[in-house]
Amino acid sequence: MSGRVGTVAGVTGAEVVNAPLPTVAAPARSGRRRLRDGGLENPRAALAFALPALALIAVFFFLPVAAAFLLSFTDFDIYAVSNFDNVRVVGFGNYAQLLKTPLFWTALKNTFYFVLVGGPLSLAVSLGAALLVNARTVRFKPFFRTVYFAPVVTTLVAVAIVWRYLYHPRYGLLNYVLGAFGVDPVNWLGDPRWAMPAIILMAVWKGFGYNMVIFIAGLQSIPDELYEAARIDGASATQQFRNVTLPMLWPTLLFVSVITMIGYFQLFAEPYVMTQGGPLKSTLSVVLYMYEEGFRWWRMGFAAAIAFVLFAIILLATLFQLWLKKRRGE
Amino acid sequence: MGREGEVVAELARDFERENPGVHVRVQQIPWTAAHEKLLTAHVGGATPDIAQLGNTWVPEFVALDALERLDARIARSAVVQGSGYFPGIWATNVVNGGTFGIPWYVDTRVIFYRKDLLARAGYPVPPATWPEWRAAMEAIKKQVGKDRFAIFLPTNEWAQPVILGMQNGSPLLKDGARYAAFSDTSFRRAFEFYTALFRDGLAPVAGNNDVANVYQEFERGLFAMYITGPWNIGEFSRRLPASMRGKWATAPLPGPTGGASAVSMAGGSSLVVFDKSPHKAEAWKLVEFLSRPEQQVRFYALTGDLPARLESWRDSSLAGNEYARAFYDQLGRVLPMPQVPEWELIATKVFDYAERTIRGGVPPERALKGLDEEVNRILEKRRWMLARGTGKPAPRAD
Repeated sequence: MSGRVGTVAGVTGAEVVNAPLPTVAAPARSGRRRLRDGGLENPRAALAFALPALALIAVFFFLPVAAAFLLSFTDFDIYAVSNFDNVRVVGFGNYAQLLKTPLFWTALKNTFYFVLVGGPLSLAVSLGAALLVNARTVRFKPFFRTVYFAPVVTTLVAVAIVWRYLYHPRYGLLNYVLGAFGVDPVNWLGDPRWAMPAIILMAVWKGFGYNMVIFIAGLQSIPDELYEAARIDGASATQQFRNVTLPMLWPTLLFVSVITMIGYFQLFAEPYVMTQGGPLKSTLSVVLYMYEEGFRWWRMGFAAAIAFVLFAIILLATLFQLWLKKRRGE
Repeated sequence: MGREGEVVAELARDFERENPGVHVRVQQIPWTAAHEKLLTAHVGGATPDIAQLGNTWVPEFVALDALERLDARIARSAVVQGSGYFPGIWATNVVNGGTFGIPWYVDTRVIFYRKDLLARAGYPVPPATWPEWRAAMEAIKKQVGKDRFAIFLPTNEWAQPVILGMQNGSPLLKDGARYAAFSDTSFRRAFEFYTALFRDGLAPVAGNNDVANVYQEFERGLFAMYITGPWNIGEFSRRLPASMRGKWATAPLPGPTGGASAVSMAGGSSLVVFDKSPHKAEAWKLVEFLSRPEQQVRFYALTGDLPARLESWRDSSLAGNEYARAFYDQLGRVLPMPQVPEWELIATKVFDYAERTIRGGVPPERALKGLDEEVNRILEKRRWMLARGTGKPAPRAD
């Protein structure tokens, strides 16, 4: 179910945001015109080419989504598996129950915590790393790029085991280092106050390389002449960053922030592997909650309702970001 | 499932030799994926002929009409008889008066403890009643100081609070498992006893994830007692260094008033035959083969899983194992979990709410009220089905 919701949001996000990238937009426009002319001559051929893909999307995407949507209005559960008579149509009962369930609000709060703190942090770290790796004075650039990207392609389970040791209250490296500065040991994953920061730290470390690569591409597409002109005007490094780099990077930044936000809303694997949502539900995310309800307890109707609430939240958040972009663009 | 899956392939080869023409295909599934896999198999009509099933899952699969009722076959069998098993374990396979599984190996909880630490605190013999137990823990705590503890009760395990509740006479669920009974006095007293151990610093506020290596910590003396299951006989024997030999032992759980009150939970795995199987006769033959005392002893030698048959315990390999003895004693006093499909979910709610008291400081009474409300909501569907008359699978003639 998480995957499905992910794709819905992923598709809308990518499509909308891809369009405004300035370098791509100009040639694409002329290309599209030519295509459209050909299409008008023979619309049936175009349809025939698109049909297999459409059929696949319909069968494997729209149909399950529609089925899940219907499911969310029933109390489909383990009893219903054995006998379909045991299904009751409950209307908006699941949604009403969901809003009354404290655990859902806890999960939602945790997820927003993760998105609002982890998302910007991840962007800042990625951008910082991209600037460093892209700096003129840095040598062995491919080496650093590879090293920073390595966590992205590492299996999360392996990473989680290592990080569990780093976070260990007694023997962990983190507490050892903090201890050298006189900080008392922190029970990172065992303390409800610290578990989410610990998860955020790990998630940022694991994921920043991906955004970094996109940022590097964005940085490299900024024409050198702009920096030259800025330098001739006597702009300092900070001024160059604020007045050249940031505005030129804006479309990339927006794309990365939307994609990161969508991904972060679907927080699942990190708490699933590291803490199972504990301690005291402090790392339970919406998707983890949905997974447990659906696949552990087979309360499919209820889980489907969670999926659609999360979908609505991600959709709203994406629209909000696009609105921000539009306002800035005008 | 797990290690059993590897071993049973070896036993199955002997079975094939005895029964030419019967071929056994063994499929191993990790425990974590087994429940999902079997459920999906049932939905897809692709269940195996025979399977190992955690005995808390039996009611669930009975509710799904997935299992073959075995009473008639048992009545005809020369190998499998109910009287040859621990009664509490056998009972876990009986749902609504029908027998749906044959116990294969057993699981329960006892105390693993440091003999030296208990003796130093003045308890050469482990405590038998709750007041003694509590006094012993306080004495140990006084000895070991602030950073060490008397007992390790992982806050993310439900077995400990549930067992203490059952010891105190709580039925856990009431009215034919239609409603929760956690706010009732019997469970509440046990819950207070349990949560006070954390409040008073006798047990560390830690889950399994917070203690990276239980064996190392046991050796270092982070805790002197640990409530856990039979798989740890092998693990403790293997992982503790030679210097620890003779310093640890196992003992049956204490009870509120000792004696018959000192019950534990009846866990383990059962062998079941699926209703849709086209080879029920052969599947039953394999069940009988695996239930023979000598095969059970062999299975124990290969896996360390404790046999469900009383007769197998007379074998020297088991009778001579000092750590297994506590389990034998305890298995004479075990109670099954409530036999409803919702139990697994309810069990996790028990430690959710216990954690609220332990870590969140919620008063026990309020935590249990919340637990009852949530469990009653979970049981709503069951009440509806019982009212409609579809909750009980109609006992079928075999």
